Order: sequence, then structure tokens, then C-alpha cells
Amino acid sequence: MTRDTNKDAARIALEQDLTIYNAGAVKKLLLDALAANHMLEIDLSRVAEIDTAGIQLLILAKRESLRQKRSLRIVAHSPAVHDAIDFFDLASYFGDPLLIPAQEAA
Amino acid sequence: MSEIQAIFIQEARDQIAELETGLMKMEKGDRDPETVNAIFRAAHTIKGGSGVVELSAIEAFTHTLENTLDRVRNGELGLDAPLIALLLTCCDHLANLLDATEQGGSGEQAEIRSAGDDLGRQLMARLDANDAGADKAERITSVVEAAGASEREACDAGAIADDTWHISVRFGRDVLRNGMDPIAFLRYLLTLGEIAHITTVFDAMPDAQEMEPESCYLGFEIRFRSHADKAAIERVFEFVRSDCELHILPPHSKLAEFLCLIAELPEDDMRVGEILVKSGALTQDELESALHRQEGSKPAAPAGVESAAVAPKLGAILVEQRAVQSEIVEAAVVKQAQSSEKRAAEARLIRVQADKLDQLIDLVGELVIAGASAGLLAQKSGETALVETTSVLSRLVENIRDAALQLRMVQIGETFNRFNRVIRDVAKELNKEIELVITGGETDLDKSVVEKIGDPLMHLVRNAIGHGIEPADVRVAAGKPAKGCVTLNAFHDSRSIVIEVSDDGGGLKRERILAKAVEKGLLPAGATLSEQEIINLIFEAGFSTVNQVSNLSGRGVGMDVVRRNVQALRGNVEVHTDPGRGSRFTIRLPLTLAIIDGFLVGVERASFVIPLDMVVECLELPADAADRHYLNLRGEVLPFVRLRELFEVAGEYPRRENVVVIRSGAHQAGVVVDQLLGEFQTVIKPLSGLFRNLRGIGGSTILGTGEVALILDVQALTQLAARRETESRSVSASAPAAFR
Repeated sequence: MTRDTNKDAARIALEQDLTIYNAGAVKKLLLDALAANHMLEIDLSRVAEIDTAGIQLLILAKRESLRQKRSLRIVAHSPAVHDAIDFFDLASYFGDPLLIPAQEAA
Repeated sequence: MSEIQAIFIQEARDQIAELETGLMKMEKGDRDPETVNAIFRAAHTIKGGSGVVELSAIEAFTHTLENTLDRVRNGELGLDAPLIALLLTCCDHLANLLDATEQGGSGEQAEIRSAGDDLGRQLMARLDANDAGADKAERITSVVEAAGASEREACDAGAIADDTWHISVRFGRDVLRNGMDPIAFLRYLLTLGEIAHITTVFDAMPDAQEMEPESCYLGFEIRFRSHADKAAIERVFEFVRSDCELHILPPHSKLAEFLCLIAELPEDDMRVGEILVKSGALTQDELESALHRQEGSKPAAPAGVESAAVAPKLGAILVEQRAVQSEIVEAAVVKQAQSSEKRAAEARLIRVQADKLDQLIDLVGELVIAGASAGLLAQKSGETALVETTSVLSRLVENIRDAALQLRMVQIGETFNRFNRVIRDVAKELNKEIELVITGGETDLDKSVVEKIGDPLMHLVRNAIGHGIEPADVRVAAGKPAKGCVTLNAFHDSRSIVIEVSDDGGGLKRERILAKAVEKGLLPAGATLSEQEIINLIFEAGFSTVNQVSNLSGRGVGMDVVRRNVQALRGNVEVHTDPGRGSRFTIRLPLTLAIIDGFLVGVERASFVIPLDMVVECLELPADAADRHYLNLRGEVLPFVRLRELFEVAGEYPRRENVVVIRSGAHQAGVVVDQLLGEFQTVIKPLSGLFRNLRGIGGSTILGTGEVALILDVQALTQLAARRETESRSVSASAPAAFR
């Protein structure tokens, strides 16, 4: 389904590091992009560094998209991003938009 | 005295030493509960042991001591200076009891018993005086006990069948702002083990608008496979410890502990339960039964749950403390890691009778001699295979020799530590403030040497306190700190051990020593001596300079006894002094008394052994030096002695003579011999009393051929050479003057 809508999906590419130092800017960027597009693809292939603050922002964006029933996909992971998502075991959270956290189920 | 009593006495001495160390630490203001515990344990061990070996006098006395210490440990009795002094006296009394037992008595002699009774009464008096305050303390204790009991009940549920740690962590909001990154801590965790499962919990994160990108809202539930202990895992989070909520459940934690965790975590109970099931910490069944139990137990044990609901912060602390308590074994081990490590080290020790070791060393000595003779025969036979075999054999023998000698090595630190008490007592008696600094305590040396060096060291230390360190007012007037400092130091130096006793006192006063020596008739008036010679006068018999005779020093036997004891160990003692700054006594001892690596030399048909560690180099005696007592060694004057002349060996001088350069301390000298015969493992056989006054000979040994070789006393030889050199130089210096 998302495949067909590729041309409708907006794509933003993050150029800077996803770290605490520009967390504020990235948060605004992500939320603005999410608000403007029903379908958003984020290209993270050029993110050289990601820390806990960065991961937290990705989680926030993902959660926001789920709440607003919009689609958010990460289309290209840089090794650092891939590594961090793997480490925190969040791949399924980002990868499967159908996952519903327990809190919402309760 | 039975063997078991002997063992008890030996162990009790160690415990008393520990008691003393602990008490003295406390006297210096150490308030670590572990120190009190160590003291109590020591007393308790002595009591238990004495009961087993039926030494009732010791048991009875230690019982009172233990009671007192128990009160101290429970905080009912304040450990003030008078009590510490009293307890130290009790240690002395215990030592006396042990001595009496060892000498065949039962510790029941009237004198000792009355002393013990007296001490017992004093202890009881202290206990009574504190009884008023004790009531309050007892109430506290009972409350604590009750809390412990209910906690144990709470955690009585079945253990979870799993061997994985469960780490639950919620990072504080400011962690990121403080420059700490949770992922770094978690990655560091990987150095301790393996993360079996991790669940990232971000329920705490508010809506997008309120979410502050610089705050941290994350938490993690981690299943962690590791052999590390709890303290090690806790240390991972050390830097964020105050800024995060951390729960660590050890493997096989009780269901109830998970229940505590579920109640404690900020997220919804069901949500936490789900996470735990998902991460594999609990099975669905276990979770359900746990939640069921929680429902059921709510009215019965409301304290923990309710307070958690009312004041989560307080609840967090309570539950955390309870969690620690519930793993009594692990936590206790962690908390006492240091002491348990020490105990583990003790468990690896085996007590062996000293004479068995001596026997082993003797046998090894014989083995060395037999090996040498086998090697010699093999050389003569010229059979390559045989020579090869014997050379392997001799290498092994060498290894065995070293290992056997190593068995006898003990660290000198224990001997040094004994002086803490001496310094304390003597300093009090003289009303001086003195600190003891110990360095190099880990230096090891032969056990028999350690035993024999105790007395000389005691003399030196007492001298340093009595003569060396000035009274406080004199020190302050001289611009020095009022507190004097005595330093004990030990280190290895070319197969010998050097022990230094130094003080920062007034130093030795040459004029007074000289005047005293003349007065005592040790010297003719007007004798001219070098500075060092004057200083060395203090080692002469019947010499004492202190003006007022105290019972500490000043009996005039100290220093010459020191020198004689040290020389009996084939060592020497030197003194350096710096007027106004202090003095340093340096004792130099051979590491072992039994077997050494030797260097074999020959004069005519006689063989001599020089300890190899003392040998610096060998060279041919230059022809131009042949009729002097010194030679030019690369621009330095090297005095030498001819063994041929020294021992009056008859026969012709050979065409070429060799010089062995030997070193003892800072002195170098040459020994002129006919032949150099090479290395030789030497078993030292002491010479009989008949030869005690022989200068330059330290012992004898047996060669592979069965012949006897004499072992040279290098120290005596270097001194002899040095003296001759100064004499000959002063003669040559004064000769031209006479011609003028």
C-alpha cells in the first residue's frame, strides 16, 4: 500500500548528526514535516552520529505519526542509526506500523 | 601443649594483630562499620577457638571482650579514647594469656588472672554506665528486626526459574543535559556480560508539544546474562546513580521481588507486567499468579504498597532498600567484597610446620651438591648425551631450589605493622606526637630473617622515637611540624633486602658522640676520625649519649646489639645523618640464608666462592698495579685485596692474576685470584664457632668433587680494601710533606 504512494510521500533527508547538540532543531524539523505531510519518509543515510537524544526524537516522531494515523518511515539507515535502533531493540517498533503499545490497548 | 592448641595460639596471635590494627584505625578516627565488624570478628574467632581447644581462661576473658565489642558494633557503646586504650590493654592481656599457655601454663597464674579480672571489671563498668542509653538502642534494634522479618516473609514466594539478571532503569530528566548518554552506559554494560533482551520504555515521554528534546524520558528493562556481581553491575551506573532509578534483581529472584518492581515502576502495572513477560523475565503464568498474590496481600501487608502510593519517592527508597536486603547473601558479599577477598586469600593458604620447610631446604641443598657432582662427572666422561641430560637436570634443580626458597619468603609488612602499636604507646609515654609511615611492606624476605630482624628493628624504632624525634616545642622552634615522623621502608637491591628506619628528628650530633666516646674510654683523647667513623661509634658496646636515662632507650646496649644481630644474619647496618633534619639507619641483609648462586675462584689449589650477586665484572690484573693495593678502573680508584696474601696461601705467584670486582652497598673493591672457575650453586654450610672470628670468610660449601670451598664475606673484604686504600693514600699524601 505504501509502495504505491511513493510519489505522494514527502521525503526529508537529515544531514546533521542526531545528537543532543541539535536535538531542538531536529525536533522542530521532524514535527513540522510530519504536520505537513500525511506520508513522510525520512532519509537518515547521512547521519554519522546518533545518541540517546536522537533516538528519543525518532521515537517521538514515530509515536506522533501513530497517534495522528499518519505514515512515517525511515528509508535509509546510516550504520550508526541502524546500530542504535538495533541496540535498543526498536526495529519492530519502527518497522511495523501496526504494533500497538500495551498502554493504548489497556 | 597439644598440637591443636599450638595452632590455635598461632591463629589467635594473627587475630590479636587484626584487633589491634582495627582499634588503632578507630583511634585515628576511622568510623567505618566494617572496621568495627572486623574487630568484633577477630574477638569472636578467638573466643570460639579457645572454647574448642579448651582454654577456659582465654575463653572467659574473650567473652567479656566480645560482649563489649558487640555493644560497640550495635552503636550502643561509643568508642571513645579511654575505651580504645582499655581495649588495647585487653589485647595485651590476651597476648600474655597466649604466652603463658605456650609456656605450659594454663593462663591461670595468679598474677595474670588478677590482671584479667581487673580488666574484666573495667569492661563491665563501661557496659553498666551505658545501660541507660542502651534501652533506646534496643528499641531501635527491635524495630529493625521486625522490619527485616516482615520483609523476609514478603519475599518467601518461589524463586523464578531463570539464571539471568534483571536490570530495570529509568533515567532522570537531566541526564542528557548533564552530558551523560544512557546508551554509553548500556554499551559499557556489555563489557560485563550479554544483553539477552532489552525493552526501551518511553511511556514517560509527554506529548510532542511538551516534550523537551534535551530531556531524557527513556527507561529500559534489561535481561542481562553475566557472571559479574551486583556491585559490578551497579558500578556501571555509578555516574548516573543519583540521577536514575535503578533496580537490579539477581538471577533466581523471588516472584515477590518482581512484584515489588512492578509496583515500584512508574508505568501501569499491566504494562510493566507485559514488558517483563515479553523480555522473558517472567512467564505469563508467573505474572498472573504474582498479580493475584498482590491483590490478595494488599489488605494483609499494606505498609509497603500504601506508602509507595502516597509518597512514591519514599516508597522507592524503601523498596530499594528492601530489595537489597532480600538478596542477603549477594548483597552482603558485595558490601564486604574487600573482607571476603581477604578471607578467600586466607583460605588459599596452607599452614606448614616451619621445620618441615627447613628439612625441604636441606634436602634441596643436598640435591644441589649431588647435582653439581653428577654434572662434573658427566663433563669428565665427555659423553655428549650424558652432559646434556645432566644440564637439564641441573636447570630443574635450580628451579626447585628457587621455588623451595620462595616458600620461605614472607612479606615484611606484617613485621612493620607491629610497630604501629609500639609508636603509639611510646609516643604517648614520652608525650610526643609521632606518625609512622610504612612503605615497601610488600617486600618479601626469608622467614627466619624476618624473625631475627624484629628485635634490631625494635631498637632502632625506639631509638628514633626516644633520641631522634625532638619534643614538640623544639621541633616547632626549628620550623618543623610538631608531629614527628618515623618511616619504615624496605626494598630489594641485588639479591639483598634493604630495610630503612628513618626519622625527621634532630639527627646525630657528632661532637657529643665524640665527647662521649672519649669519656667512656672508647677513644684516646685527640684521636682524629672521619665523620662516618665518628657516627659509627654509636654501634660500639657501652655507648649511650642520651642525658637522661628513660626506660625506652639509653641503656647503652641498643646499638651494638643491633649491629651484632644484623651481622649474625650476614648483613650490615649503616647510618646516615643530617644534623637538624634527621637520621636514617639502613640495614642490608641477604635475602636468604641457605643457598646462593656463587662464583667460584681459585688460588693455588684452594677454591673460594664469591656470592654471584656481588660480582660486578672480572678483569686481568694490570701489570703496573701488581705491587700496589689499588688499580685504575676506567678512571676510578679500585682498591683490591689479594686472597693469596690475605689467607697466606703458599706458592709462587702465577704469571697472570685476575681481579673480580665486587660490590657491597655503595663500595666497590677488587679481589685478586689466580683462576676464575665460573658459576656455582652454593649451599651455605655455616662454619663452626671455632672460626667465628675469622675475617673475610662467611661460610663454607662442598664442591661437586667433594672438596670444601670457603665462601668469602664480601662486606668484610670491601671494608678491608677500603681501609687499606685510605691508609696507603694518607701515607703517600703525608710523605711528600715530610720531605719538605
